[in-house]
Amino acid sequence: MSPTILLLLALGLGLAGWLAARARAWTFKRQSTDGRIASLPSYHAWYVALWVVLPVLAFAATWSALAPGLVTQSVLADPAAAQLPAFGFQRQAILNEARNVATGAAPAVFNQQAAALVEPFRDALTFYNWTGIAATLVIAFLAGTWAFLRLKPDFAARTKVERIVMVILLGASLVAILTTIGILASLVFETVRFFGMVSPIDFLFGTHWGPDPMANASAVDGSRYGAIPLFWGTLFIGAIIAMIVAIPLGLMSAIYLTQYAAPGLRKWIKPALEILAGVPTVVYGYFAALTIAPAIRDLALALGVSNPSSESALAAGLVMGVMIIPFVSSMADDSIAAVPQAMRDGSLAMGATTSETIRRVLVPAALPGIVAGIMLAISRAIGETMIVVMAASTAANLTANPLEAMTTVTVQIVAMLTGEGSFDHPATLSAFALGFVLFMVTLGLNFVALRVVKRFREAYE
Amino acid sequence: MSERVAPTRTAEFEARLQKRYAAEKRFKAVGLGAILFSITVLLFLLVTMTLNGIGGFQRVEMDVPINFAEAGIAADPTAMAQPDAVNTLQAQGLAEVVAFFASKELGDEAAAEIGPDAWRDVADAIIEDPSILREEVTFSLPTSAKLASAYSGDGSPEMRKLATKLTAEGKLEKNFDVGFLSRSDATNPQQVGIWGALKGSMLTMAITLMLAFPIGVLAALYLEEYAPKNRWTDLIEVSINNLAAVPSIIFGLLGLAVFLWIFPSYRSAPLIGGMTLALMTMPVIVISGRNAIKAVPPSIRDGALAIGASPVQVVFHHVLPLALPGILTGTIIGMARALGETAPLLMIGMRAFVATPPDGFTSPATVLPVQIFLWSDEIDRGFVERTSAAIIVLLLFLLVMNGLAIYLRNKFEKKW
Repeated sequence: MSPTILLLLALGLGLAGWLAARARAWTFKRQSTDGRIASLPSYHAWYVALWVVLPVLAFAATWSALAPGLVTQSVLADPAAAQLPAFGFQRQAILNEARNVATGAAPAVFNQQAAALVEPFRDALTFYNWTGIAATLVIAFLAGTWAFLRLKPDFAARTKVERIVMVILLGASLVAILTTIGILASLVFETVRFFGMVSPIDFLFGTHWGPDPMANASAVDGSRYGAIPLFWGTLFIGAIIAMIVAIPLGLMSAIYLTQYAAPGLRKWIKPALEILAGVPTVVYGYFAALTIAPAIRDLALALGVSNPSSESALAAGLVMGVMIIPFVSSMADDSIAAVPQAMRDGSLAMGATTSETIRRVLVPAALPGIVAGIMLAISRAIGETMIVVMAASTAANLTANPLEAMTTVTVQIVAMLTGEGSFDHPATLSAFALGFVLFMVTLGLNFVALRVVKRFREAYE
Repeated sequence: MSERVAPTRTAEFEARLQKRYAAEKRFKAVGLGAILFSITVLLFLLVTMTLNGIGGFQRVEMDVPINFAEAGIAADPTAMAQPDAVNTLQAQGLAEVVAFFASKELGDEAAAEIGPDAWRDVADAIIEDPSILREEVTFSLPTSAKLASAYSGDGSPEMRKLATKLTAEGKLEKNFDVGFLSRSDATNPQQVGIWGALKGSMLTMAITLMLAFPIGVLAALYLEEYAPKNRWTDLIEVSINNLAAVPSIIFGLLGLAVFLWIFPSYRSAPLIGGMTLALMTMPVIVISGRNAIKAVPPSIRDGALAIGASPVQVVFHHVLPLALPGILTGTIIGMARALGETAPLLMIGMRAFVATPPDGFTSPATVLPVQIFLWSDEIDRGFVERTSAAIIVLLLFLLVMNGLAIYLRNKFEKKW
């Protein structure tokens, strides 16, 4: 049963409850002596509708998660499933094929073993479909009736509805915490599994990275999982090359825009800079791989570098730096604008030129904000994926030469998880360990940056 | 006034002043240069993509007149209305008919370079209008990728000779390819289109909007209007601010580990993609929503409370409608970011080769940025132009969304 149908069913039942309850409340209103009831009819209606929709939605969410498992179980219990190969990739492929034919997603089976399972699958799907719909109807009816029977002329429907609304509001704001917990739990869980196979010391301090997804998972060679080259590549591309581009350009743009540019010019330039931040990273990646990287290689050849790599750290870093310019510039813009006008005027009155005022007074005063902006930009750069996936390489390389191929943490996460490796293999699990390190580092940078901004922002007020 | 003051403007002073003024000028020029550099890079990017991409909206075609009266293809309108009409036509030998007329018109050597799936274009035309089977119709059929690249000056010498010959005869030309917007992924760059990816993007965005908008707005209302000042509220705020800055690939890992664990059969479906992107977009909506709600003046709340509205009525009848334009602006910006996002969708398997447009939220799909990524990996030169063309479409969508956000902001911006 598709989630869309369940959702529409829930909304339809809710609407029915809403209409019934409102009609009921209007009867109360007509029958009452003074034409008044404790709550408006629409609150009665919302009370019943919420009591129908919320349980049905809760059930539908649980059911869509459970039903596929139940269907597979009942198919496996069928005698036709007895000659299936033992657990593994092939068994799963046959099951998927039969399921696709049964749901109509595929026209016919290729595998003969799957053909025998189509009918059991179709039966099981129909059975669980109807069970799901029936259960939905029963739940909606029971909850709706219970709520409907509570309606009375003096029933405080509004208070009850508002209480439910408050619970919904609280629930919505808890989603953020649940997401954070979800991220931490999924990363930690898989990372712990990974560290059960590879020692954390090898991972964090080893200098050779070369996981082999096809190697035997039971005899893991810990020396192939040294992540130092990845950390170095990430730092070199994201925190060094990209920042060499982004910090001066971003800072000077912000200074020109706040101190020199005429308001009319500023009105056009600022959105144009913001477009740089809005271009999708996959487009930057394509640009870097197609235009910048070959240009850099040609330039290196012309300068006499022998055999430069076509996938260089420099290409990825330069393009990433351009992408980061607007972040640095808008943070610097804000903190320069926050410096009191009196400080600027004082410096100018002493006879300093505008540039001397900016360099000796405004920038030092705005420094905490600028530094925080740079930290946020670094956190953004080291978490950036598509540019490096497309323009950097997958070869781990511990070198300081920007013309050489280098790989980063995010490239390896993508490489490890989009291969054909199984989920129990340390090569696949290493992606989660890398993700955990990345999450922790960016979290730390963001946290410190926010603290710095909060702490120093009030210095002049 | 008997004492004489030494003149302040000595030559030394003037020289120093000149130096300082020069430094001032240099500093200003550097600032302007920084901005010009950024804008130049942006323009260079856009111009490169446009120049590359214009070719992607075209394809190399050969004109083939087909006399259906001779061909003996039978197609009654009822059979053509069936979903398997293409198979019916294939069984009647339409592919061979097309090949026959092609070699009659162009010669055997050139006919071999008609794209292997070119007859499908003819089949689509017949299904569209079965009455053409009584006439002679000229079709512009796509060539093979080899001939197409020879036309643009690459490829083997024989191919280039053939291309030059056909061009000179006026039989080979580059035409605007309407089908690029209505076809889906294929292995031949001459046959690809972006409709499948575009539809996948729309379905994914629909799920993202349906989840992120209500949750984001309700959370913003709670935090701004009702939340008591305590450690729980602080925790919620800190986690929202942190989520807004978490790298997107981490959300992909979450989707992979949690959503695909709960729903293993919906791999690479827009449903899972939308849920993952919704978690990423929600913090953006909450943050912009809180700013919009904060901007509604307290007097409106006080006025409503004073005439007996309950706190919930105040928020839903007065504050929310006034804050809505601001919330919508933030939502559109968040959605634009989600539309361009690639990395988390790679994690949950939306990188599969999908040759048919998805027909629902649970069928396998790909999205526009991922399609761009997949094509960028293709070795065939024809894909370079196609990739740039897809990038133009994506950038146009983003431009429209951002333009809408700016329009909304200007139209509804209120000073209280």
